[in-house]
Amino acid sequence: MLNKKAVSLFITAGLVMGILSGCASSSDSANSSGESEGKTVIKIATQSPLSGGSATLGEAIKLGAQLALEDQKEEFAKKGFELQLVPYDDQGDPKKGVANAQLIASDKEILGVVGHLNSGVAIPSSETYEKYNIVMVSPANTATEITDRGLKVTNRIVARDDFQGPAGAEYAVETLKAKKIFVIQDKTAYGTGLADAFKAAAEELGAEIVGYEGITVGEKDFNGVLNQVASKKPDLIYFGGMYSEGGLILKQAVDKGINVPFMGGDALDSSAFVDIAGETVTNAFITSVAGDTTKTEEGKKFADDYKKKFNKNIESYSAYAYDSMGVVLKGLSDAIEKNDGKLPTREQVRDAVRAIQDYKGVVTQVSFDEKGDNKYGKIFIYKFNEASYPATMEGEVSK
Amino acid sequence: MLTDVIQTLPQVIVDGLTLGAVYAVIAIGYTMVYGILELINFAHGEIFMTGAFIGTAILLTFSGIGWLSAMPAIIVLIIVLIATSILTGFLGMGIERVAYRPLRNAPKLITLITAIGISFLLQDIIRFIAEVKKGNYIITGPSLFTGKMKLEASSLWPQFHDASFKSTFLVVLITAIIMMLVLDLFVNHTKWGMAIRAVAQDRDTAALMTINVNKVISVTFFVGSALGGATGVLFAVQYGTIDPYIGFILGIKAFTAAVLGGIGNIRGAMVGGMVIGMLEMFAAANLSGLTGGVFGAEYKDVFAFIILIVVLIFKPEGLFGKAAVEKV
Repeated sequence: MLNKKAVSLFITAGLVMGILSGCASSSDSANSSGESEGKTVIKIATQSPLSGGSATLGEAIKLGAQLALEDQKEEFAKKGFELQLVPYDDQGDPKKGVANAQLIASDKEILGVVGHLNSGVAIPSSETYEKYNIVMVSPANTATEITDRGLKVTNRIVARDDFQGPAGAEYAVETLKAKKIFVIQDKTAYGTGLADAFKAAAEELGAEIVGYEGITVGEKDFNGVLNQVASKKPDLIYFGGMYSEGGLILKQAVDKGINVPFMGGDALDSSAFVDIAGETVTNAFITSVAGDTTKTEEGKKFADDYKKKFNKNIESYSAYAYDSMGVVLKGLSDAIEKNDGKLPTREQVRDAVRAIQDYKGVVTQVSFDEKGDNKYGKIFIYKFNEASYPATMEGEVSK
Repeated sequence: MLTDVIQTLPQVIVDGLTLGAVYAVIAIGYTMVYGILELINFAHGEIFMTGAFIGTAILLTFSGIGWLSAMPAIIVLIIVLIATSILTGFLGMGIERVAYRPLRNAPKLITLITAIGISFLLQDIIRFIAEVKKGNYIITGPSLFTGKMKLEASSLWPQFHDASFKSTFLVVLITAIIMMLVLDLFVNHTKWGMAIRAVAQDRDTAALMTINVNKVISVTFFVGSALGGATGVLFAVQYGTIDPYIGFILGIKAFTAAVLGGIGNIRGAMVGGMVIGMLEMFAAANLSGLTGGVFGAEYKDVFAFIILIVVLIFKPEGLFGKAAVEKV
């Protein structure tokens, strides 16, 4: 009896402490934000998976955006504004993405979002942004639906899926001379969309699709599907899906003696793909919306800065996140100028971002069309010549 | 269409055996615990996963200090298997002591929920450790056996295509079979095995016959979890890449295998695992061919589970189960 009482007393005490400390921290943050050092705070949020299977890419987005924000902090300080980054973890989960979007909407100091990684998350979340006029610039979303819904807030600096699939198909059929192609997809919005676009384009170019199969995300044994592949004897496998499954399929295919080129989309463009596939990665070609950052002088400098700052090598989307943040901040400073140096509203920032033309970023130039697609979006083809990341760029296709 | 099925049959059997062996050994863990406590230990899939991580961690350490290349692969495997199974065995015993024993007289549902809680706990602990150590929780271990072999099935019957497989396939299959044989001997021909069977039959009477029930239950958990952990190592060796969530899907399927074989029956679990593994592989390879492309390989689980439902409709106690007699 005494024991029980003691326990309940303890729990109640814990609860009270929790409430007290909760109050304390919220009043703290109210002090620190708002009007610190007489400057108006402007927050930019990032939304990307910081935990979960694609955390490698999600973190790259956060860090890239962070670097851009810190580079321009001084400039905004001169204008009397203090920039702050608020990273959100969408866990690659649409539900979580929307919940975060609500939080972002309720924080009046947030004027823009850089994100997401997954199109499936970006689509429902952007509905919320639209409602609250928060501009979103995506460094990675390729699904056509992102901009095709005609929202005012959604912009992206990368190319679209209906361009990535066909570009891959063109390379597969014309350069790799593939005649019989086996298509595997992972039943997600991204994977199916990409695989379908590839399939249609490849058929048009005269290749035969000898099989079209789905797999389940999270499984580790793909020998069943690969047995089908083996019996159909294709001369190219195309995979629409993420690197964790793609790497295993590639490895298990080679183990089975299916030694044909393996092609996939931008979601395979990660160092983790090389880790999983190991030596077999030399069979792989990937189409990516992300270009080789280290090819240009600015890109090299960016990669060095990134390494120095975070002690990590850049991932494919690091520089795109940097440029996305650059675009948001460009729109922001345009809006501030228009507003005579005063804090602009969310609507003003939204319109200023959409109006950006010929912004020169580290990896890409940015000009938004009326839907928010980047006119300079390109598709790049990569090949892994050895088992190391990043892969070598083989070619690029522009619109 | 039928020729396709026949041609790929050797390969399907090879792959089905591997997957089936993994299912079978995990299913044993479910079935042993159920047989003795009538508890569905949902944390068992996570013990399997923990085993995979411990095994990979040991392998990575070995390769870090250069032992991996210095020793023959088979010896490394045996060391890793033994070390992992001892660790996961104690983990299983600990879970029983902390989470199940205090609730032994509580309603069955309560322990079931505790088991689910334990499995979440293990998943996140492992994920946390993996992320701290490696920065990413999808871990790829060094490969122990890299050889490839070919089964000349076509010389057996010209319709067959040759089946090719990695040498890990043989290692996994043989190790799993050895584990099952040893377990069978242990349960049916040793004193401890007899005690386990006695407690499974009637706990109270067994206690009256001077059997230390708590100790027997601990041993059961130790053996079941050790097997689960060792299977985790085999899984890591076979597939190379692991993450903290592999235990869930595999656990569900192994549990299904245990039910199919007749839950509580160890030999039933072995057969059930093999059957489910084979069915799954067969469906993945042939479903789209058999249905003319209407159902693709992604419906393999549906196919396997329909078979399960059909079997259970006609034989509710499972393939090898005895019809349950209510204990009075």
